[in-house]
Amino acid sequence: MVELIDEIRAVADRYPERKSAVIPALRLAQEHYGYLTSEAFREVAAALGTTPAYCRGIASFYDMFELEPAGAHTIEICTNASCALVGAAQVLEAFERELGITAGETTPDGRVTLRSAECLGGCGRGTVVAIDHRYREPVRPEDVPAIVEELRRG
Amino acid sequence: MAKTASPVLVLAGAEAGDLRALEDYRRAGGYASLEQARKLGSERVIAEIKESGIRGRGGAGFPMGQKASFIPAPEKTAKPIYLVVNADESEPGAFKDREIIERVPHRLIEGMQIAALAIQAEACFIYIRGEYLTGSEIFAAALAEAEAAGLVGIPITVHRGAGAYICGEETALLESLEGKRGQPRSKPPFPALVGLYDSPTLINNVETIATVPKIIELGGAAYAKIGVAGSTGTRLFSLSGNVVRGGNYELPHGTTFRELIEDCGGGISEGRKLKAIIPGGSSTPILGADQIDTPMDYASMEKAGSFIGSASVIVIDDRACMVQLALRLTQFYMNESCGKCTPCREGTRWLEMILRKIEEGRASRAELDLLLDVCDRILGNCLCPLGDSNAMIVASYVRHFRAEFEAHVEKGGCPVAATSSLTGVRSPVDELYRGRVGQEAAL
Repeated sequence: MVELIDEIRAVADRYPERKSAVIPALRLAQEHYGYLTSEAFREVAAALGTTPAYCRGIASFYDMFELEPAGAHTIEICTNASCALVGAAQVLEAFERELGITAGETTPDGRVTLRSAECLGGCGRGTVVAIDHRYREPVRPEDVPAIVEELRRG
Repeated sequence: MAKTASPVLVLAGAEAGDLRALEDYRRAGGYASLEQARKLGSERVIAEIKESGIRGRGGAGFPMGQKASFIPAPEKTAKPIYLVVNADESEPGAFKDREIIERVPHRLIEGMQIAALAIQAEACFIYIRGEYLTGSEIFAAALAEAEAAGLVGIPITVHRGAGAYICGEETALLESLEGKRGQPRSKPPFPALVGLYDSPTLINNVETIATVPKIIELGGAAYAKIGVAGSTGTRLFSLSGNVVRGGNYELPHGTTFRELIEDCGGGISEGRKLKAIIPGGSSTPILGADQIDTPMDYASMEKAGSFIGSASVIVIDDRACMVQLALRLTQFYMNESCGKCTPCREGTRWLEMILRKIEEGRASRAELDLLLDVCDRILGNCLCPLGDSNAMIVASYVRHFRAEFEAHVEKGGCPVAATSSLTGVRSPVDELYRGRVGQEAAL
């Protein structure tokens, strides 16, 4: 198995300056550890020749980095203007009902984290829902039970 | 206003199906422009782009040819020259770059090679927003195929972002690509002279670059005849909201909202009435229903009091409460402010708090004035347009729909809460800042 540090160094080699690889490196570390642990920050920093504090400062700036444990699956519902106009609130509520949690929370069994999201870039086919960063569009409230069932099984 | 016939350029050949495979793109004439550009050479390619009159499709509308000509010749700089493609599309309402990346990735690659050749770049980067996972995979697969076929003379690195709207601002994008927090730089110096790693850098939007092969194919002069004076060529209009058929429609500049919404989009959905139009992405001032016959070009939109922006048209029907809409969009800007400039960082929070009070019926008349006062204090006082966008749009919502804002104040709440399409809409801000009652005490 390829060590995380080697994977990060291979990515860093693609850039004229290796610090450019901090986002891809943090992404690799997150995939490795599930979320960005202190150990993850130490490894990324060591691989790129920077400090864990620097890496933490970067990670906290960008939405896609998990600084705390998240569910095995993430469901993100776009609630920005275009999706909101065509019923994003009802789609979000359907997910909350089905999962028994409020947006921003993870199910007690740790399987699913539910979030509302800013524009995901599928505005013409709202409501856009991203499941583990793969888009489903459009999603209507009546589609929600089947999606949740699929995640519970998978 | 005279319009020529309606050619499809950027999405040409993809009408029936995606052009992801190199073989299919070749069959549609792909990579012939790159060959042609190699024969023409740097100077003549830039001359064609200048003559085409193409303006940047990301939102700012700066002429591409002019920007390219600011890049110093390799012998006049000690540093390498870079081409960076901005694929950080995150403007609410915009989804055209994603369509280009996913449906005609080779046209983008070809455009990158031609643009890189024109400015004599040493390397190219494409910064794709982190959320476009599928798009970045499709692009990477197309790139691998083009590389294997020996078509990529100037290397291309794919860089995925990690979720930050601000990285669509060109200098924030460069910071992010350098491995920093995506916070805008002070300009000047402009990226053409001091860009990526302090090197001369040409940054252009996906759509702009994907148009370049067609400019070379048709010739700059012929391209400039499409559209209207000052707004040449076609545009991918992203149509969304309360419309029957949302989607991206490639049409010449100068097409009216009515033609886009009614002829392409099939009109307002569920037989409702048009109330307002967000004309060029969430950052552009709103237009009223009576402005539906405005042609979508740079000059006409400015005359109408707004901007063509990223050509992302959001259709709003008569069920929407405009205070709720202003609040939801303000939450977006507040959440995405990078925090570097105080008027934006603090101002967007103030706008959000006041709009929330108005929507919930807890605001006084004086606070409606305060809302506009905060807008004035943000405008023109920041390094990048994020705060300005929030201020401009909020002021435009009040200007067009003042009676609605006043009704919230007078009636102690949203008069149409029971029927508004936006009632109950939440945002990531609601999850991040739960229980922030203490902050409002400052108001």
